[in-house]
This record gives sequence, structure tokens and C-alpha cells, in this order.
Amino acid sequence: MGIFAHAMPLAGFAGGLMIGLAASLMLLADGRVAGVSGLAARAAAIGTSSAPYTVALAFTAGLPLGAFLIGTTGNVITRFPASPWILIIGGLLVGYGTWLGSGCTSGHGVCGLSRVSPRSLAATFCFMAAGMIIVFLMKFIAGVA
Amino acid sequence: MNRQTLIALAAGILFGAGLAISGMADPARVRAFLDITGAWDPTLAFVMGGALIPMVLAWRIRLKLQRPLVAPAFDLPTAAKLDAKLLAGSTIFGIGWGIAGLCPGPAIADLALQPWPAAMFVFAMLTGMLVCRMQSRFMTRLAPPSIIQRKTT
Repeated sequence: MGIFAHAMPLAGFAGGLMIGLAASLMLLADGRVAGVSGLAARAAAIGTSSAPYTVALAFTAGLPLGAFLIGTTGNVITRFPASPWILIIGGLLVGYGTWLGSGCTSGHGVCGLSRVSPRSLAATFCFMAAGMIIVFLMKFIAGVA
Repeated sequence: MNRQTLIALAAGILFGAGLAISGMADPARVRAFLDITGAWDPTLAFVMGGALIPMVLAWRIRLKLQRPLVAPAFDLPTAAKLDAKLLAGSTIFGIGWGIAGLCPGPAIADLALQPWPAAMFVFAMLTGMLVCRMQSRFMTRLAPPSIIQRKTT
């Protein structure tokens, strides 16, 4: 209990396995990494990924479809930041950063780490550390946790 | 729909379902993982662990395959150099991730669960990508071609 009171290790692990299986399916059947930022950019017709357009669009459209299916159980909680500014500033930085850094939590974090790619190890360290530091700063300096 | 597209759709659905089951579609839970000095929630670490197991195996199986099961050839990232763009970009991404508790996958999956706030984030994210793309094209155009020529001669 204590600090882990709200954790869901089993659901997290099970969901993680599904994410890993999905990424494995993309790798072994389609021959490419399941990097969401790259495929979503391609699906939005702004990306430079070499993925066929229909592949990028199908994968990207599948994400909300899958979430919707699980959402019908009524057990999925989504607590968003209340301020639209937080969403807009966060979104701009996530888009800019994933483009410049060539990947996000899926491409670098899941696909890259499992390949022991030095670039992805460095990227994952950077975004994890930056995320922890900004949450700390928002909490203690700005007072908006 | 060809087989490659069907596989991508199936993978996307499985990925989105995994995000919803794992709690990663919940921005507050993601921020609680990053909040190491508060009520730390380690769930994200279990998600990562669960996702890495099949993928470590998949990379091993990949070595035994001449070509992917339904596509003509493997098309995988080849960059090997650790450069400033990678480190700066990933750090900027991490700042945005910490601010909102959202990264691209969960944000897109959440379009089905919290359409308006998720759409606001996704729209801003695509705008950020476009800004970075335009900026890097502009910088490439600014770079004098003489530098490149000097290197090759």
C-alpha cells in the first residue's frame, strides 16, 4: 500500500503486453516499427515517413477504435488537464519535440529500447528526465500540479 | 484493403486497446508516474515491461526472416548517430509530455474517450510537427551549398 496505493500493476502489465504484441505484429508482418508520432504525421499528410499512406492511416485510426472498444466496459478513466492552455502548450511541445527527435514513447520507448538502439536509449532518458523535472517544477514552483 | 493495411489496422486496434487497459489513456496517471516526489504511481513501468517482452522476442525473430510476412521488405530506422537534434527534440517532447500527461499514442486513442480535449491536444501536436518541419526545411535552404561542395571536393 502506501505510495503504490493507486497503481494498477496487473492491468498495466496486461495492457503493456498488448502494446508489445501490436508493435511485434507491425514489425514482423508489415516490416516497420510502430512509431505513433511518425505514422500519425504521415496519416495527417504532413509526415515524411516512408510508410504506405493506407498503412499509416489504418494504424492511426485503429488507436481510437481499440480504446473505444475497451471504453464500452465503462472501466476506463481519463482525467485530462482542465486548462485548454495546458493541452495546447503540451501538444505543441510534443509535436515539435517528436518531429525533431524522430520519435516518441512508442518508437523510441517500446520499439527502440527493445532493439537496444543507442539513439532510443538516449531519447528515452531525455524525455523521461524532462517529464519528471517539469512535473516537479510545475508542482513546487508554479504550484499547478 | 490490402493485407499490409489490414495488419496495420489490427495492430492499431490492439495498441489502442492496450493503452486503455493499461491506464495510459489517463493523463493524470501518466503524470503521477513522472511525479517522483509525490504519490508516485509505478504503473507506467509495468506497461513498459509488458510491452518490451514481446518486442525483444520480435526483434530476435526478425533476424530469422528474409522479409516481413505480408510486406515486400523491412523498412526500419537506420540512423545510428547520437546528435543534438535527437537529444533536444526528445527533451522538448518530454517537457510537453510532463505538462499535459499525454504523448502521441494515448492522445490519439483518447479521441474516442474524451473527444474535445484530446482533439485540442492532437491539433496542437500536429501544428507543432508542422512548425518543426517548416523550420528544418528553411534551415536547410539557408545553409550555403558551398559548404557541402567544399566537403566533397
